[in-house]
Amino acid sequence: MSDSVMLITGARKGIGRALAETYTERGWRVIGCSRQESEYLHGNYRHFVLDVSDQEAVKAMMISIRKAEGRLDALINNAGVASMNAALLTPLDSVRRIIETNVLGTFLFCQEAARLMQKNKFGRIVNFTTVAVPFNLEGESIYAASKAAVESLTRILARELADHGITVNAIGPTPIETDLLRGVPAEKIQKLLSRQSIRRMGEPRDVINAIDFFLRAESDFITGQVIYLGGVS
Amino acid sequence: MNQPDVLAAVLEAVAEYNEQLDEEQRLDLTPETRLLGKSSKLDSFGLVNLIIVVEEKLYDKFDKALTLADERAMSQDHSPFRSVQSLSDYAYALLSEN
Repeated sequence: MSDSVMLITGARKGIGRALAETYTERGWRVIGCSRQESEYLHGNYRHFVLDVSDQEAVKAMMISIRKAEGRLDALINNAGVASMNAALLTPLDSVRRIIETNVLGTFLFCQEAARLMQKNKFGRIVNFTTVAVPFNLEGESIYAASKAAVESLTRILARELADHGITVNAIGPTPIETDLLRGVPAEKIQKLLSRQSIRRMGEPRDVINAIDFFLRAESDFITGQVIYLGGVS
Repeated sequence: MNQPDVLAAVLEAVAEYNEQLDEEQRLDLTPETRLLGKSSKLDSFGLVNLIIVVEEKLYDKFDKALTLADERAMSQDHSPFRSVQSLSDYAYALLSEN
């Protein structure tokens, strides 16, 4: 994997940070980005500070990757924001912020990454959805709707990019102990876990395992798929 | 930057794009070469790939990130993608604006 290049959005903390550490340790050259500077230092790691929905900044970063690396093998579209609120009380600014980061950001990165990937006729894109989509969770209307959009994007891009040798899949984690869950009441999380087939919190290793499957060279016949963790369907 | 510079860059991009193709699929390196329609050797997949190469070439030459397939291009009666010349003219117009 020493020549392979991976881009991870939202890489400063939480799952993104765990992914950055895991794949740099495995020999990938990893490029991460987030809205703030990262404290993670590694010879194989480079960090960009940007907002994932800022087209100009994302394009500039991709040009920089093209010039420095000349290739991109994997994109992990991990950056995302959530908001728990009753639909009747959700401010429009929150709606806009969630759609911009989760939908626009995911689309923009898929678009820009695929342009670079198609040069080598190879690419692996992994998007992030959530079990809140199949659960139709109350209080998560906009978050779940934004991720339902990501699932649609995943399926359609899988078709559009297949001839370029690029697969596009998504992973839908269960609740995992990260900042995204901050402020969600414990009983709400317990109720959620009780709806899973396997009733435990998710861990970064569960996400990494599913991503490993999508990244494998042998997974070139797997595209447009959504894998939910915890036995959710 | 003038119009001949942009045309030269677009032709350079076409030459680069040709390298990905088998000989019989390659595009002629002339301004008149058709990119759309029955007389074009490109299908829609090929046109998308060519536009990507042209955008990168224009960035490398003129240091400006363009989006050639914007809403304006799609809404024009005469598509700017019909030939190498029209694509070059359209790219020149966009580069002159920015």
